[in-house]
Amino acid sequence: MLGSPKLRLLVAALLASVLGLCLALPWLKTPVLLALSNGLAVLGVIVLIRAGQVSFGHAMFACLAGYSAAFVGREFHLDALLLIALGTAGAAVAGAVIGVFMVRYRGIFFGMLNLAFSMVLFSVLGKFGAVTGGTDGLRFDRPSFGFVQLEREGFETALLLLALTLALLAGLLVQRYFGSVNGQALAAIKTNETRLEYLGISAKRVFWGGYVLSATLCGLGGSLFALTQGLVTPEMGYWVRSGEIVFIAILGGAGHAVGAFVGAFVFEFVKLYAASLLTGAWQLALGVVLIVMVFAAPTGLFGLVERHLRAKGEQA
Amino acid sequence: MSTPGRPKGEFRSAQHEGSSMSAAPKGLLSTRGLSLSFGGVVAADGIDFDLMPGERLAVVGQNGAGKTTFINICTGYLQPSSGQVFFDGADITGRSPRVITRRGVGRSFQLPQVFTEHTVRQCLMLAASAVKQKHGFWLPLAAAVDAHEVDATLELLQLQARAHDLAGALPEGQRKLLDVAMALVLRPKLMIMDEPTSGVSSDEKHELMAVVMRALDERKVTSIFVEHDIDIVRRYATRLAAWIAGKIAADGPPDEVLRDPIVIKNVIGE
Repeated sequence: MLGSPKLRLLVAALLASVLGLCLALPWLKTPVLLALSNGLAVLGVIVLIRAGQVSFGHAMFACLAGYSAAFVGREFHLDALLLIALGTAGAAVAGAVIGVFMVRYRGIFFGMLNLAFSMVLFSVLGKFGAVTGGTDGLRFDRPSFGFVQLEREGFETALLLLALTLALLAGLLVQRYFGSVNGQALAAIKTNETRLEYLGISAKRVFWGGYVLSATLCGLGGSLFALTQGLVTPEMGYWVRSGEIVFIAILGGAGHAVGAFVGAFVFEFVKLYAASLLTGAWQLALGVVLIVMVFAAPTGLFGLVERHLRAKGEQA
Repeated sequence: MSTPGRPKGEFRSAQHEGSSMSAAPKGLLSTRGLSLSFGGVVAADGIDFDLMPGERLAVVGQNGAGKTTFINICTGYLQPSSGQVFFDGADITGRSPRVITRRGVGRSFQLPQVFTEHTVRQCLMLAASAVKQKHGFWLPLAAAVDAHEVDATLELLQLQARAHDLAGALPEGQRKLLDVAMALVLRPKLMIMDEPTSGVSSDEKHELMAVVMRALDERKVTSIFVEHDIDIVRRYATRLAAWIAGKIAADGPPDEVLRDPIVIKNVIGE
């Protein structure tokens, strides 16, 4: 599912390095958790890019999942694992409902309609402060993890291990999906929807399945994000966040699940360092990175790695 | 190819047209009073038509005569303003292309409709997966199809050497073959082809048609093909229908239809 043995080795090495670095340098845990949360959301957007569609509103599913986890966490003090599951399920249900409308549209209309839905959510969260906490958002206490109450350090480590496991599983799931009948049909939507219908395959049903998977992955990322921060705000669903997710997908490369996480890590750490070195202008650094990527590596960072691995394989 | 169920030599021209065909559908594909207009342009004008199993029908006519409109109505791409389409005894009027395809009507297009970012084999595998309706998030495409069927179809359409090339990288003639192959792997009862030789050099036309017709014969598929090349029509059709202004002006054995003065004047040219 992950491809060549070299690629599998690379993924194992990346996972081990991330884990090792986080254990050696505990301050890394939070940015790594944020990168993994972003990576999961990007994975969702990559599913849609497979069908040739770009959503400028997918942060809404991360936001919905985060708020679901926060509401339930505040009211019922459930375990972190349950909160993640509930948040993700909430995003999946929202994706299934919103997807019914979305699958009728393609191209710019699809992108903008997603944005419109996300802006409705953003406004509702901001205006109904009595329930949603308004622009300040909702804070919630650190929940138990696996029904064990942990200190912050232990909680972050447990969450990190969970996030790494979920990232690996989600990556495997998406790669398996890409190779499945539905995944191949989804990719066919990009090039010829007419032929798909003339094969007796419903393009809308295939796209709906992809949309729900995409929303679910964004929800998983949003739930992890909320638990990492212990805080959710409407900003989680703001259109700029959706833009960032698309940005990361292009940066990392939309051709493979690994690209989502490579992009998310580069984005998080460029942002981290650019914010300290170029205070108030960190977007400049990211903008320059994206311009360079579009010209120099249109298949994204992971596209470069894949090309290198393939060239080495051919030499051998 | 034999044409069972249809009297040999039956010929209708505009002069002979009457109400004899408004009876119950008797063909594999039948239409009754099929009409459709685009604004003031009549693209289908009360067409009554029966295609019998085993026939190879060529459809000729000038641009705008309504040939593609007729195909588009029969395959569900367009809805008629009035009239009915029957396939294999069932009324398929207004049904979606998806439903009509599942009933056994395959289609190829004037501009080949292939998945340009898939390999030739993947295109056929995806098509073959539709036969078994084995869809899912988990089942790999390769496990969902009969590999033997895919390989046999590739061989039948002489595409096996290009199996691992991207469909988008194929020359036009092979794209046309792939377009037919994707419909043929569905095991249709009827294949409707819109200008299968357009965009192909005159040297390659006969070779392409020979491959396609051999494949259709082997799979025992009844066919309709829209064609402008009269040589191709003479060589491969067992029946010819000439379209003029949304109507079938003449219909019968190719040699007779091609001798019809109305067809000579309005379709072939003096």
